Amino acid sequence: MGNVLTIILQRLALGFLTLLVVSGVIFVAVNLLPGDFAQSILGQGATPEAVASIRRDLGLDQPMVSRYFTWLGGALQGDFGSSFAQASFANFTGSESGAGSVAQQIAPRFANTMFLAAVSAAIAVPFAIVLGVLAALYRNSIFDRATNIFTLSSISSPEFFLAYVLILFLAVLNPILPAVSNIFADMSFSERLEKTLLPALTLTLVVTAHMMRMTRAAIINLLSSPYIEMARLKGMSPLRVIVRHALPNALAPIINVVAINLAYLITGVVVVEVVFVYPGIGQLFVDSVKFRDIPVVQACCLIFAAAYILLNLTADIMSILSNPRLRHPK
Amino acid sequence: MIWFAAALLGFAALAWGFRVAGQTATGRAPYFRDMPFGVAYGYVLAVAALMWLVWAYTQGRSADPAVANKFFFLRIAVEGFIIFSIAAWLFRLLGRSVGTKQTKRLFRSMPLTAAFGIMMILIYVFVAVFASFLAPYGQAEIIRGVPANIMPGGDIALGGNPDFPLGTDQIGRDILSRLIYGAQNTVGIAFVTTVIAFLLGGSMGFLAATLGGWLDQLLSRIVDVLMAIPSLIFALLLMTIASVWAPRLGIPQTYFMILIIAVIDSTRVYRLARAVGQNIVVMDYIEAAKLRGEGLGYLMFREILPNATSPLLAEFGLRFCFVFLTIASLSFLGVGIQPPLADWGTMVRDLGGFVNFAQFAPMVATPPLLAAGAIALLAVAVNFVVDWMLHRSSGLKD
Amino acid sequence: MTQAPDTTPLVKIRDIRIDGRTDETWIPIIKGVNLTLQRGQVLGLIGESGAGKSTLGLAAMGYTRDGVRISGGSVEFDGIDLLTASAAVKRDLLGKRIAYVAQSAAASFNPAHRLIDQHVEGPVQHGIAGRKDSAEDGIALYRKLRLPNPEEIGFRYPHQVSGGQLQRAMTAMAMSCRPDLIIFDEPTTALDVTTQIEVLSAIRDIVAQYNTAAIYITHDLAVVAQMADRIKVLLRGEEVETADTRTMLDAPTQDYTKSLWAVRSFERPAKPAVQTGAVPVVSMQNVDASYGKVPVLHDVSFDIHAGRTVAVVGESGSGKSTAARCITGLLPPTSGQILFDGKVLPADYRKRSKGQLRQVQMIYQMADTALNPRMSIGQIIARPVQFYLGLTGKAKRQRVDALLEQIELDPAEYYNRLTSELSGGQKQRIGIARALAAEPRFIICDEVTSALDQLVAEGILRLLARLQDELSLSYMFITHDLATVRAIADEVVVMKDGRVVEQGPKAEMFSPPHHAYTDLLLSSVPEMDPDWLSNLLAERGVDNIGDAAVNKI
Repeated sequence: MGNVLTIILQRLALGFLTLLVVSGVIFVAVNLLPGDFAQSILGQGATPEAVASIRRDLGLDQPMVSRYFTWLGGALQGDFGSSFAQASFANFTGSESGAGSVAQQIAPRFANTMFLAAVSAAIAVPFAIVLGVLAALYRNSIFDRATNIFTLSSISSPEFFLAYVLILFLAVLNPILPAVSNIFADMSFSERLEKTLLPALTLTLVVTAHMMRMTRAAIINLLSSPYIEMARLKGMSPLRVIVRHALPNALAPIINVVAINLAYLITGVVVVEVVFVYPGIGQLFVDSVKFRDIPVVQACCLIFAAAYILLNLTADIMSILSNPRLRHPK
Repeated sequence: MIWFAAALLGFAALAWGFRVAGQTATGRAPYFRDMPFGVAYGYVLAVAALMWLVWAYTQGRSADPAVANKFFFLRIAVEGFIIFSIAAWLFRLLGRSVGTKQTKRLFRSMPLTAAFGIMMILIYVFVAVFASFLAPYGQAEIIRGVPANIMPGGDIALGGNPDFPLGTDQIGRDILSRLIYGAQNTVGIAFVTTVIAFLLGGSMGFLAATLGGWLDQLLSRIVDVLMAIPSLIFALLLMTIASVWAPRLGIPQTYFMILIIAVIDSTRVYRLARAVGQNIVVMDYIEAAKLRGEGLGYLMFREILPNATSPLLAEFGLRFCFVFLTIASLSFLGVGIQPPLADWGTMVRDLGGFVNFAQFAPMVATPPLLAAGAIALLAVAVNFVVDWMLHRSSGLKD
Repeated sequence: MTQAPDTTPLVKIRDIRIDGRTDETWIPIIKGVNLTLQRGQVLGLIGESGAGKSTLGLAAMGYTRDGVRISGGSVEFDGIDLLTASAAVKRDLLGKRIAYVAQSAAASFNPAHRLIDQHVEGPVQHGIAGRKDSAEDGIALYRKLRLPNPEEIGFRYPHQVSGGQLQRAMTAMAMSCRPDLIIFDEPTTALDVTTQIEVLSAIRDIVAQYNTAAIYITHDLAVVAQMADRIKVLLRGEEVETADTRTMLDAPTQDYTKSLWAVRSFERPAKPAVQTGAVPVVSMQNVDASYGKVPVLHDVSFDIHAGRTVAVVGESGSGKSTAARCITGLLPPTSGQILFDGKVLPADYRKRSKGQLRQVQMIYQMADTALNPRMSIGQIIARPVQFYLGLTGKAKRQRVDALLEQIELDPAEYYNRLTSELSGGQKQRIGIARALAAEPRFIICDEVTSALDQLVAEGILRLLARLQDELSLSYMFITHDLATVRAIADEVVVMKDGRVVEQGPKAEMFSPPHHAYTDLLLSSVPEMDPDWLSNLLAERGVDNIGDAAVNKI
């Protein structure tokens, strides 16, 4: 086991190193912005004194490297600084800037996004794996070809197309689900679920297709291996061949597929949240991009990247754990 | 819910009956004798779905406008599917009888989906190239004497105008023309971006594979970091910065977008090119060439590249789809291709609200769906062709 | 099995036709073959690659791979028609009464389960024995097959066990239900000779002990001579002839079979000894080399003289290919030096001059990967002509044509072809022509015949011998096959674990006394005599062959 442990520790260390570097890239990218944040917050007419005071408040007078570590240190404690939009507002009203902290703005939305992703995953993962296994089993049948066409079409469609088609059929022509997901903090779970279902279905369509195709490929790859032929030649029933001989070996690729697609979900939420006006972190991100609210953009970017890296890391570690060669070294 | 469960149970009974019937009718032919229950169930389910589709289609042709409206889009979808299938079939037939011996052979082994894909790609290219001849008005032309915001559908009672079947936008530009020009802009920009991504990622990847050593390490680590950030998020972040720089430097924002997406996407190309390159580099014929004393240029262009074309071509298709969809998404989010260029993603965002009219006036709801559908259709077409290419090359291997 | 024997055959295949699917059409693989196997009998199926041996073997189990179908004929097993039997009936036979031993045991054991779990699966699922009884039986079988640590080895995972041991474990697994028939599909092809002999004797013993009928598929005549009672020769999906092993070896009736037998007789006449004091063309002097930190060569020295062939012999991992990589400069040695015509060559090929590179050419084992599939034959051969000799235009074309003629291919026909249209032997000839195009004095032949069928390999060897005489070339001939050594070598270098164990003229190497390892290697090569294995075992004893013997050295 010692062998596996070191490999996993290596991967973890590498993952966190990547995260560190990525945070640096994000920080540097944001600092490529021309001019002065303070100036852009206050507008052209601001007095130099006001600009200087904001600069000091936001720590913009510090050198870049020290600002980076201040920012990163804060981010690790859940403090992403204060939003520009809120900061300028606070400046005008003279109130305490605590009300405008990025963390406060992000936290509820982050929960909403996680809810959306969880619902999508809960539908997509079992559905995709079952379909993928079926398609692999009956490969080259009519069923397989039909699912192939369907999934290819689904992958090729932009999220907003799928979203509008679902709105068209499930909200407008047959008013089953709401087309707009206005979610509040004090909603009951079932109400929340109802509002989330349509965006979740959209995401499901995209992710299921990806996941199903990858599962199918992984299983087919496996079914052509000599040990599966051997199991058949030992007179094992088709079910036993799949459950006992294929599945234990397919676990690694399938876990990998799931993790990669959950990571993909993260990119997908942005567009879908905008279409359904879903109050998640993706929508906040797009809004901040439009208003150039740099601290929020930075924070959202870091959160997305962190989730993405962590999921890929999980995939990596899971596939190491399920490999008998590594679990039982020579 | 209960009805649903009951239907599933009923299907189960039908499936059992279907199998028994098949067995007795064919005298226990091996196919029916060894048929698992699940397969029989699948057949019954498929027949049921088909029957529902036929029913829904007849509803769409109903005389009652309320019913017909409700099933209008389904009807269009079914008709579109049938028409495109026939067109693809005819196209393949054409391909089999016209052309050189090799293209004929290619078309003979081609599945219908790939034929459809090639046909659609040709249509898109045609529209993109001849957009200025096909479109009744210019893409940025504000037509004189015509009001803004003419409703789509051409129905005068609803505020439409038959001369402008898809209506006009908020400043009085013809939406149909903009849709046609969209082919030129959206597809053209995506194509250029993909080409840049390939030149960048491909050359770096092959270089890394051939030379190895520190260059390979350096490039690969950079790519690892860039790939650790989800591409759409990264693109959005960089576009924020570009949107500030663009007006200052006087360079259109669209150029920045092309560059940003090309760089982000070149990381994926790099990975593939490097992997393909490494597979080729270990071949004995490369060793033979190295031992002969051949230079880097000869190795890369004469020995490696010719053997990497087919995976790279397939990857080009996939990358194009990805870039195309990313650009559409960025435009949809409002930071992609900028006005006055007509672009499908932006059109979907601007016209999306019309979808809500679908119940009363289906035609009014079509423009955003047409724009979004145009994006989807091209991506589907390319993916079909790529899928076929990948299938062919994997088939040749074993 | 106590019914009246020998009257009803165990396996009866009549006029079987099998097609394989390529490019949307069905192409026949087996064109009407009959096969009859009595209880307790071992039938050897031999043929070149593509003869359809494996397909026929699997068809005897009523099984076809994906993309293969049985289009006619009948297969009966103990009176049961396998082609019309239902899937359930066939499943009940497979594993229980008909078992299969695959070519690659490493790939055919499920990596996720322990050996013993896979062993007991058959008996338990077929309801023959309980888990515990079956596991005990498994250990007994492991002991019978002379696996080391029979009590413990079953609890390992496949990747923890070596190839030769896995192959025996797979034979044990096939035996687990005491089947009436076992199909052995090239069970020793992937193994080294010293390991092969161990597996062969184990298989032969156990099959005889339980009086199991077997179909033994192989391309190696000498192996099949040890294992089979009867031999059936296949050629491109058709039967050539069938006879008792001894009859077949002594008096083959068909031309094809005779030609297969005759291959073994090619041997070049011995050359006079090298004059003392002659400067060798290539000389390796005290070379050490390592891959990263792993040392692979220790103090390797040998000379190759003008017009001579030095065969470097050894099993996989012995360092024979690494020695070649040192000479070509792909792997600079950590110490020692390589001399060409008495002058030191730079260690790294990148530091050698064009003239130095030209002198050392290489011919590879796998002609498929050694020739760029996107280039025409003309381009492949013309490149070194242009690169080294600077010929262009007509002169270049003439030179390429001359080279093609030298390798016995018609220039007009082959110049513009792609290599994918050629057979394995033709590809290897192109590889030779490419090496000759540089007009070298020294060529390294790395297992050049081991991927080829025997008749084709014979042709290549004869070609190389002729070219050597005409152009006075020196060869370094890397091989694991002693028959090849006997055919072409002048001198032999035996390597083991990165060291030269023994070296000398061929005649000396093939006559005792030997170094113990050379002796083992020589004695492990199967011979055409059907009694060879029995005699060898009688002579050396079961504990003095294979890995057991290697470990003693």
